[in-house]
Amino acid sequence: MADPMKIRATLVGDSTEVKVLMSHEMETGQRKDAQGAVIPAWFIQNVTVAHGGTTVLAAQWGPAVSKNPFLSFKFKGGAKGDKVTIAWVDNRGDKRTDEATIA
Amino acid sequence: MRLACFAAAACAAFAFAASAQNSTTEGIAKYREALQEGNPAELWEARGEGLWKAPRGPNKVSLERCDLGLGAGIVKGAYAQLPKYFADADRVMDLETRLVWCMVKLQGISEADAKKNPFGNGNDKKSDIEALVAYVTSESRGVKMNVSVAHPKEMQMYRVGEKIFYFRGGPHDFGCVTCHGADNQRIRLQDLPNLTKIEGTQKAYTTWPAYRVSQGELRTFQWRLNDCFRQQRFPELEFGSDASIALTMFLAKNANGAAFDGPAIKR
Repeated sequence: MADPMKIRATLVGDSTEVKVLMSHEMETGQRKDAQGAVIPAWFIQNVTVAHGGTTVLAAQWGPAVSKNPFLSFKFKGGAKGDKVTIAWVDNRGDKRTDEATIA
Repeated sequence: MRLACFAAAACAAFAFAASAQNSTTEGIAKYREALQEGNPAELWEARGEGLWKAPRGPNKVSLERCDLGLGAGIVKGAYAQLPKYFADADRVMDLETRLVWCMVKLQGISEADAKKNPFGNGNDKKSDIEALVAYVTSESRGVKMNVSVAHPKEMQMYRVGEKIFYFRGGPHDFGCVTCHGADNQRIRLQDLPNLTKIEGTQKAYTTWPAYRVSQGELRTFQWRLNDCFRQQRFPELEFGSDASIALTMFLAKNANGAAFDGPAIKR
């Protein structure tokens, strides 16, 4: 089970600024271990962010994204006290969903 | 005429070298600034807070009764006064050693188990110590360093640390002071702090522990010292040893007065 995400969502003017830290190894599949065996690729593939029942961001990620990725974006709308739900699924099928309240 | 030209050219070359060095330093500073906001150290802080509050070990108790020097369970500002002398253990301890002590005394975990994995390595080998250190130190962010050497054992630790800092040995006849004894020294492109000066020590000490981007790990001060010893080709610095605490004491005391600013982020 993956560690929780760290999410900050703040209202700036008429848009909501969301900053997320995710805990993930993000193995590229290009590295080898001490024995010379390839370390299999393991990375977050899909990220979706929902607010009030609508998807405000959907992303497809690949192995080029860094370990413990940081994602920052803005979307129009949102009000203080609203919930923002962020979910990711990695290429092994592991998933994680976390929620934050807009401040 | 020719001489003058030569001198001018040489001066230009020097100026170029200096500006290249400055722009690299500025570049690294900018890079750190850009990453500051999304510092993955927060992931360790969150995990550490969970570990601190969770009942663990054979005794099934949390670390919330652990005395870090300000009284049982007080975490806020505790790191800014460590290392210090603890009467219950009759020893000067830094944060890591104190955490191990609490795990042993409160939670009933064996000392060997508590110390088994001080430095994590990826997802399969996460270090509880690093996470706990991240949490405890984050509770001292902004607090002024205030390490005491009033107790004779604290003073002794400080003096021993000072000796180790200036001691040269090993296959390369190295000492901490070889790299950290002058301004503007560097390893590759990394500027090294001058730890014989107060400002240098304050800047360095208050930014550890830190998330090392190149390793994808949060590193503690014990790790920093351990790796410095490795780079000097010294025998391995044992985790939680008196030598490691003495060096920490020497540097922490010299950083007094500066606001603690960790866990930070470093290349």
